[in-house]
Amino acid sequence: MEAFGLLLHGFAVLLTWKTLVLMMVGLMLGIFVGVLPGLGGPNGVAILLPLTFTMDPTSAIVMLSCIYWGALFGGAITSILFNIPGEAWSVATTFDGYPMAQQGRAAEALTAAFTSSFIGSLVAVLLITFLAPMISSFALKFGPPEFFAVYLLTFCSFVGLGREAKHKTVISMSLGLLLAGIGMDTVSGNLRMTFGSAELLRGINFLVAVIGLFGISEILLTMEERLALRGHAASISLRVVLSVWKDLPKYWVTLLRSSFIGCWLGITPGGAIAASFMGYNLAKRFSKDPESFGKGRIEGVFAPETAAHASGTAALLPMLALGIPGSGTAAILLGGLMVWGLNPGPLLFVEHKDFVWGLIASMYLGNVVGLVLVLTTVPVFASILRVPFAAVAPMIVVSCAIGAYAIQNAMFDIWLMLGFGIVGYVFKKIGIPLAPFTLALVLGNRAEDAFRLSMIGSGGNLGVFWSNGLVGSITTLAIVLLFWPVIDGLLARVGWGRRSKGMPPRKVN
Amino acid sequence: MSQTDIEIVVDDPTAPEDDSPSVVSSGTIEIVVCLLLLALAVTLGYDNWRTGASWDATGPEPGYFPFYLSIILGGGSLYGLVAALVAHRKAAEIFVTRAQGRRVLAVFVPTLLFCLVTQFLGLYVASFLLISGFMRFVGKIALWKSLLTAFVFTAIMFVTFDIAFDVIMPKGPLEAAFGR
Repeated sequence: MEAFGLLLHGFAVLLTWKTLVLMMVGLMLGIFVGVLPGLGGPNGVAILLPLTFTMDPTSAIVMLSCIYWGALFGGAITSILFNIPGEAWSVATTFDGYPMAQQGRAAEALTAAFTSSFIGSLVAVLLITFLAPMISSFALKFGPPEFFAVYLLTFCSFVGLGREAKHKTVISMSLGLLLAGIGMDTVSGNLRMTFGSAELLRGINFLVAVIGLFGISEILLTMEERLALRGHAASISLRVVLSVWKDLPKYWVTLLRSSFIGCWLGITPGGAIAASFMGYNLAKRFSKDPESFGKGRIEGVFAPETAAHASGTAALLPMLALGIPGSGTAAILLGGLMVWGLNPGPLLFVEHKDFVWGLIASMYLGNVVGLVLVLTTVPVFASILRVPFAAVAPMIVVSCAIGAYAIQNAMFDIWLMLGFGIVGYVFKKIGIPLAPFTLALVLGNRAEDAFRLSMIGSGGNLGVFWSNGLVGSITTLAIVLLFWPVIDGLLARVGWGRRSKGMPPRKVN
Repeated sequence: MSQTDIEIVVDDPTAPEDDSPSVVSSGTIEIVVCLLLLALAVTLGYDNWRTGASWDATGPEPGYFPFYLSIILGGGSLYGLVAALVAHRKAAEIFVTRAQGRRVLAVFVPTLLFCLVTQFLGLYVASFLLISGFMRFVGKIALWKSLLTAFVFTAIMFVTFDIAFDVIMPKGPLEAAFGR
């Protein structure tokens, strides 16, 4: 149990007053952005990232990941009390959570949501603790061809398994990869796609793009909606918490099933949204009494929340072990790593032990502290919604601008952010997914370097991607996934049976 | 165990009406976006071809990777263009209604002005103007509340970034007058 010792070391790194305070601040900010309409996990992390530039990497990641946990918790509050999912992954929580609030069982529903979030994350963190070091030590043997194959696998699985129209995913991804290539070419040192502009010489900074894509565009989108709301205020008493906890063992199957779904979908780029719906649907399907779902059943809160959190947490596993983010937010955290001067990838576990185990320990601690914090502060956060959006919106715009400028001290970046804001708004409205774009932008240069280093190594022979069993099978799997919809269709035609039962329909929202 | 007696109610007086007419359909925007992306793909593709997109002794040249990406992007947008043109004949989905458009512009235009003002007068002045102006004119919030909120927020930002964390923001004549 080497992992266990290292984890204890991580806790030791973490247990200082400074880190604990940062953790609380991060959680508070996170719940805050989770509750506010028009802001969520990725936006919150992106906007608040510049605050951490002057910190040391460990404190910075602890604060940022706590913002992320906080946002995950916060999403549930608005879903249950106001029937407004603060996040896409809390849509499924409204199905039973809001009816419960209407019946005067808001406190019960909130406790259930927070507790199951906690359980989901815990399962995923346990998985990370034991699996991530194993995967990363395995990945240490990887050369450039293996890395390129893994990147290819990530990109292909987005295209093949994504729920959006395929050509839109392809557009989003290739655009991201292209923009990542602007500026100085890292292998040869030549300039490309700069068109003689000195501003483009630096390239397009990933974080500037993200702040525009998620921050500014989200404000524009939110303004389109009717922002009036009506909901219940609630406070949670210890008695309710205990009574919900007492019943927990009854739902162990649901909790376990949802955790499993969440972990699986979090590692593969399916994401928390798919996980929460799948968790809900499966709980309903296996229930003895499926009719009672949607009318305020506590299981209907347990199932999606556990899955969403397990998935949100598990998305950090490939990021830590391989340097490949499993979700949009993980991609932003990865961008943060690079700003703090760390090189994401399997070497992280060897070169920056303090950092990695500090982060993993903060996942445990952050979730415990977060659970206590949300259970005690719900009324405060629910009342944040009273603040008019007209006051919140310009403050968010200013924070975005500060964030974008601070990265490279460039006025050009503020304009770039505005441009990406428009792009993000239009893309979201016509259904071009932003997650592949984000991922491509952050991984683009690394993928290209890996490809070109492999080519230099092999003397320009593409056969290097099938040169041994490992790289060959990853590359082949990538190609299979890319054409998965076609293959799936063919299999169905030959009568291989299209998973007749046990699988819910993929597309829910 | 009901603790939900109090209700939170927030109104939105300037909410967009539901029956507002459509300004433009999603299909039209999709066509425009695909055309723009196609143009971008051609421009970038040409530039990369100029840089060198072939394969030399050590492997691909700098323009090789982006050149083929431009082709993929071009192909994707071409497909999207055709798909959008075909779908265009069917019932049009609304991209934005007039009322929604007005609200979006009510955020976008101030944001644009904010960026302009930041360039010339510095970020803190721009921030004060944006927040107070937006709250007063878009949110219809009392003038003193708007000014106070804007001042407090800007001051907090200034203290946090300029004084505490030493993160330097664009500054203009006002800050210079105070010697910062």
